[in-house]
Amino acid sequence: MSGLRGAASIAGAGTYGLGEAPGQSELEITAGAVKAALDDAGLKAADVDGVFCASMTYNMGSLTLCEYLGIAPRFSDSSMIGGSSSLAHLLTAMMAIATGQCDVALVAYGSNQRSVSGRLVSTSRPDPFESPYGPRQPITSYALAASRHMHEYGTTREQLAEVATAARAWAAMNPDAFLRDPLSIGDVLNARPISDPFTVRDCCLVTDGGGAVILTSPERARDLKRPPVPMLGGAMAHWHRAITNMPDLTVTAASESGPRAYAMAGVSVEDIDLVQVYDAFTINTVVFLEDLGFCAKGEGGAFVENGAIAPGGRLVVNTNGGGLSCCHPGMYGIFPLIEAVRQLRGDCGERQQPNPEIALAHGNGGLFSSQVTLILGTDGTL
Amino acid sequence: MPADTAAPGPEQAYFDALADGRFMLQHCGACGESVFYPRALCPHCGADALTWREASGRGTVHATSVVRRRPEQGPPYNVALIDLEEGPRMMSRVETVAPEAVRIGMAVTAVVDRSGDDPVVVFHPAGGGA
Ligand SMILES: [Zn+2]
Repeated sequence: MSGLRGAASIAGAGTYGLGEAPGQSELEITAGAVKAALDDAGLKAADVDGVFCASMTYNMGSLTLCEYLGIAPRFSDSSMIGGSSSLAHLLTAMMAIATGQCDVALVAYGSNQRSVSGRLVSTSRPDPFESPYGPRQPITSYALAASRHMHEYGTTREQLAEVATAARAWAAMNPDAFLRDPLSIGDVLNARPISDPFTVRDCCLVTDGGGAVILTSPERARDLKRPPVPMLGGAMAHWHRAITNMPDLTVTAASESGPRAYAMAGVSVEDIDLVQVYDAFTINTVVFLEDLGFCAKGEGGAFVENGAIAPGGRLVVNTNGGGLSCCHPGMYGIFPLIEAVRQLRGDCGERQQPNPEIALAHGNGGLFSSQVTLILGTDGTL
Repeated sequence: MPADTAAPGPEQAYFDALADGRFMLQHCGACGESVFYPRALCPHCGADALTWREASGRGTVHATSVVRRRPEQGPPYNVALIDLEEGPRMMSRVETVAPEAVRIGMAVTAVVDRSGDDPVVVFHPAGGGA
């Protein structure tokens, strides 16, 4: 265990504009999520003195958001490491609170990319050593990793499709989810092919939406409206940027961030009641369940078979419907985190799990690149 | 201007050689590793003692995908990761066979294709599969 265990608690969480928010700007969507999170915590913008915001369109996200909201922060961070950025911000915010750099941290993200473009937005310089070959990014990168997992471990198309059908079954119980109609394995396999082995149903949605979280000291969080959700552990790791340079296409840096987060939290895999992982593609969930220790390397395909991660299965995974069926506004990392918070506080209605105490939220960024694992608990676990 | 910034950097030098039809890799004099993509510093040991050697062109398909398009956008095409004999991995495509016929483990040979606006390294099945 580390001295940072429990150094900060989540005191509020909110979402806004999930799915389609036509006519709304990115900042309007983000601000809607910020208002929801502040209201949830019972705080005002004037109480916030640390702001963390990565954006896919503003390269100085926290400056843009602070100006918009009228906040003059003591600590500010726009770090961009892809879809895991918001979870990395939680880790930095915890350190900032523990060292007195700020007292109330706001972590926020929003995008209107479904309404303005209908596709995933990329702001990166084209890679001169990959772009000449026309990979459809980020899809083809993950498809190449999937081809390798299938080759080495015999993982099947049907097993990958199980990830999508499980996510859809959870989404059916989430009124905020974008796609809630029943989805069968046959539907996934017969959907429009994109980049082999993936069809469009192996790929995350492109939606609008925003999410925000308020983090403060455990003492202050106890005086606020909602049950505090302490951060018990957190860790990040990355080993590459482009898929070409991933050392082993079947092993992500989650195999490093996960164990370090468990060590900080003083928990083992068996202690975790529910798992929210960034499922940009069906292969992600399979690989992350392996790398985070829920099954051995190569056994993820068999692990998810027969509805094992669907409602009523052996492991509770992505109860909001995930990036595959709930929402995916370009970077999804803050949403698995918010779903973990809501489950731990008992906010989840039909999909609520019975009295969970320890939850894992895992973010993925880039092309299986940046990995951030957070372990959250109830106040009783501190 | 310092003398060592007068010459093109490794990225420009790589594409200049490719325009002449030569596929070059860097070799680290300090640790002996081959390096791709071209860099100013060896990613294995940090040394700047990188020199150019022509690639053997021999490789093996490490991973493969077929990018599918709507019919009006053109036919499907291959995208693959190739493990080069010298050690590094690169993204490319395997040509002269159907994109679906590209298999992990397939032996392939590099060809510098200068038919388009920019030269590009592609691969053909080894042993005269073309
Ligand atoms: Zn070296």
